[in-house]
Amino acid sequence: MPRKKSRMSQEVNAGSMADIAFLLLIFFLVTTTIASDKGITNVLPPKIDPNQPPPEVDKNERNIFKILINSNDQLLVEEDFRDNTDGLDKEIKEFILNFGDPDQENVDLFNSLPPSLKAQAGQDPNSSDHPNEAVVSIKTNRGTSYDLYLEVLDKVKKAYYEIYAERVGLTADEYRALSSRTAAEKELMDRGKENLPMAISIAEPDKGGE
Amino acid sequence: MAKFKKKTKTEENIPTSALPDIIFMLLFFFMVTTVLREQELLVEQKLPQATQLQKLEKKSLISYLFLGKPKNPSVYGTEPRIQANDALITTKDIIQWVNQEKDKLSEAERDQIYISLKADRDVKMGPVADIQLELREADARKILYASVGKLNEE
Repeated sequence: MPRKKSRMSQEVNAGSMADIAFLLLIFFLVTTTIASDKGITNVLPPKIDPNQPPPEVDKNERNIFKILINSNDQLLVEEDFRDNTDGLDKEIKEFILNFGDPDQENVDLFNSLPPSLKAQAGQDPNSSDHPNEAVVSIKTNRGTSYDLYLEVLDKVKKAYYEIYAERVGLTADEYRALSSRTAAEKELMDRGKENLPMAISIAEPDKGGE
Repeated sequence: MAKFKKKTKTEENIPTSALPDIIFMLLFFFMVTTVLREQELLVEQKLPQATQLQKLEKKSLISYLFLGKPKNPSVYGTEPRIQANDALITTKDIIQWVNQEKDKLSEAERDQIYISLKADRDVKMGPVADIQLELREADARKILYASVGKLNEE
């Protein structure tokens, strides 16, 4: 049988398929938004029972790291005036890890920390006694911008996460990416947080100066 | 010269059949990573920037509360308003809204509800504090200040 000389091309023309796919792609690009369920987590305090008197706060002044923000977005950090948040995370870190007057339990905690964190213990008698006592307090005004409030909260969180991460030998980014889904990651998370509670107090804002 | 011309009879077509595959791959990526816009935003949304972002694990537990200046100031004014589920609400309605959202969850998950507060960065702390106070009243105390990552991280 003689072979046919001119065979039909066997390839199907798929050039227009790209166009169709492009159309679909553009449709999805336009109609969708990238899911952004990211942010700074926080737990609000429980509601106040009107029948009960407000709980007594018997914390020493030295155990509270006070950050006040007024309606002009000026900061008063530990009685010092400043107009930006530079270096705030570092100060908070030093405050938490001060170990000024630890009891036995917290001496053990101190001994369990890696050397890099131990080195930061200033043992200043005018700063926090130990991490379990230390509280970072943020007080805003009704006229404070939300942006600045979040920036300050961000710095406080950063200080804590850096401590947690350093304790388990990770970077802060890696630590924050841990999830409680796998047992190994959960164990790491718990080990970082153990005996080092994240104590951030957010006071109700002042009414005046709006 | 003519001799050479006869010999070079190569295919002039560039095969483009792999192009749709590449486009489809892009398409699938976008289909998987994105969600359809669930609700019409009635308030302005420019989320603040932060560095210490965390991702929430269970999406079903999150309820969204939007806060910002209304997009339609002639109808709703210029003061920041709260939006929940397609409608603008007032601070007083938050407790009721939280209870509705809680009813959507199963019994065991009800107290794990997360409120994602998507507040515009130009909002002042006053309305934010009001919302927080109402959320405390409604016993929905887990809150997520929605924000976007900072581009120029130190």
